[in-house]
Amino acid sequence: MNDKITRLALAVALALGAAAGAHAQAQPNRAEVLHWWTSGGESAAVKELANAYTAAGGTWVDAAVAGGEQARAEAINRMVGGKPPTASQFNTSKQFLDLVDQGMLNNVDVVAAKNDWDRILPAPILSSIKIRGHFYAVPVDIHMPAWFWYSKAAFAKAGIAAEPKTPDEFFADLDRLKAAGIVPLAFGGQPWQEKITFYAWLAHVGGPDMYMKLYRDKDTAMVASPQFKALLASFKRLHNYVDAGSPNRNWNDATAMVISGKAGVQIMGDWAKGEFAAAHQTAGKEFGCFPGFGPKSPYLVAGDVFVFPKISDPAQVRSQQLLATVFTSPATQVAFSSKKGSIPIRTDVDLKGLDLCAQMGVNIMKDVSRQLPTPEMLITPDLEGSLQDVITKYWNTTESADDAAKAIAAALKNG
Amino acid sequence: MVATVLWVYVGSVLWSMRISVSSSRTLPIADFVGARQYIRLFDTERWTLSLQNMALFGVLFIVGCLAVGFLLAVFVDQRVRGEGVLRTIFLYPYAMSFVATGLVWQWMLNPELGLQATVRGWGFANFTFDWIVRQETVMYAITIAAVWQASGLVMALMLAGLRGIDESLWMAARIDGIPPWRVYASIVLPMLGPSFGTAFVLLSVSVVKVFDVVVAMTQGGPGLASEVPAKFIIDNLLVRANIGLASAASTVLLLTVLVLLAPWFYARAHASRRGERVARTLRASDARGTAL
Repeated sequence: MNDKITRLALAVALALGAAAGAHAQAQPNRAEVLHWWTSGGESAAVKELANAYTAAGGTWVDAAVAGGEQARAEAINRMVGGKPPTASQFNTSKQFLDLVDQGMLNNVDVVAAKNDWDRILPAPILSSIKIRGHFYAVPVDIHMPAWFWYSKAAFAKAGIAAEPKTPDEFFADLDRLKAAGIVPLAFGGQPWQEKITFYAWLAHVGGPDMYMKLYRDKDTAMVASPQFKALLASFKRLHNYVDAGSPNRNWNDATAMVISGKAGVQIMGDWAKGEFAAAHQTAGKEFGCFPGFGPKSPYLVAGDVFVFPKISDPAQVRSQQLLATVFTSPATQVAFSSKKGSIPIRTDVDLKGLDLCAQMGVNIMKDVSRQLPTPEMLITPDLEGSLQDVITKYWNTTESADDAAKAIAAALKNG
Repeated sequence: MVATVLWVYVGSVLWSMRISVSSSRTLPIADFVGARQYIRLFDTERWTLSLQNMALFGVLFIVGCLAVGFLLAVFVDQRVRGEGVLRTIFLYPYAMSFVATGLVWQWMLNPELGLQATVRGWGFANFTFDWIVRQETVMYAITIAAVWQASGLVMALMLAGLRGIDESLWMAARIDGIPPWRVYASIVLPMLGPSFGTAFVLLSVSVVKVFDVVVAMTQGGPGLASEVPAKFIIDNLLVRANIGLASAASTVLLLTVLVLLAPWFYARAHASRRGERVARTLRASDARGTAL
């Protein structure tokens, strides 16, 4: 089916491209933007980008492809085929590194220099988009994939007065929820969700140091240490608090369990806010959010960027630079983030338009020491996939922490 | 035409093989790294597990489909009323996309939502049917759904075969007082050989490319327990930006198919050679007869 969607999308894109090509002369600063924002909240958010671009004197040609993998495959196919879009969405990660290495992208150094990106952008994002001194992508949002979302009703029923400040308090709260007959942890047992739960646990419980030693330094000695094995064991302890129906549950079905109060907590990215909003729940009222344990908890920085395929036509290059300028302007950033559920890429913005959790996020981002890149920014998709296989096996089987640590070390050596 | 076919089929196979000995990641690169991707492939636990799962699934699925399909065909062949309706119902699962029906199966087998929860709701608190969330049993849950889907096709093939059997055979059997089950077992079944052969080949192909049923029902989980080779290839091709490894995996899969099909081709070639030999002998004796 995916294949069919891709083909359909390709046909649509070609038709659009052909139709638009005929009018190219009449449209100033025409920009065809390929992205995968197709759900309700997402398309409302991308509309904000389109409006801002139009207001700046551009002509927006929307090329939406459902599904991130499909959209990225489509972008690469079109670049290889010689008919690239003006801009194309990727995640803030190493996904487009091969494209840079093969010389298939234009840089936007001019825009970056003019707007002082080196100063305004957070370090994790810079490390992803700035490659060998050149800016190859424009960031549009920051998502934090490791928030804790909890039902205030469930916490009250279990007699939990305050948000947990340490992992031990968290386990104690999970025990209380269990005793109250509530599913303690709303969990979607799909490999990618198991993976981000592991990221979250590693960052919040193992600490940023252990986290960076694994993902940045690929330090096999650390992986063999008793501390890391203890971390693996405490991660596995979470499995005691999920229900039997968790395998292969979608993330939004798990969020729905928190919304209804059937479950206590979910560890999930801030896109979960969209589900609460759709159920007419407000942060701080029906549900609460905390980004980690204690006042110094790390903040994982992920998000989306647009890259600019190599095009020599000066009109298209101008469009690419206009896109980069418009996407990063403070007003566009706030308008976009409030619809998307993300937070702006810069902290010098007006917070009034954002919800409680997003405001918390922006304030945390001001403390540079709490920022932590997501693994996607540090390792290749290949290694990330291998590690995901190890994590999902460890989570779902009786494999020992020792064996899981060995498997992680083996994956690091291969990647 | 021939050139196009060669280009499209053989060409793309050769191209995959070429990529499988390169270090290609997101984009094809024309370097040469020997068997490195293959060595890594068989070092990867998920791949070997996928092959084992495919083998288990293949045996259960093919045997299950042939048995259920044959029984359904025999049932429909009893000249039951509403045959047309029944035939449509049995064949319908095959006509629908498994992406949709797989979701229904996923819900039905989910212990918190489906069969188990319902039966427990009726008062049988100890009833357990949680195959789909357990490591050891998830492949059986998938096989059940896959057999449900494909046995209608086998039924259609078998039914065509049954209808091709001469009525006089049945009359002769009735006169001799042979019970119907005996006729099915000893006469009809052997006569359906070609139908079984066709069904077997079709089912085998769908075993090798099994993908949608797994993605729709379990996404390869829990853990890696229901991973299959086609999913490994797609994941590495699209998500993990690793087309070198994906090409190596598809080459291995292709070779597996060839190895499995080789005995069958050999048997067929052998049979036709034997046919020729018989014909030659007959012609020879014919010639002798003329000479005499």
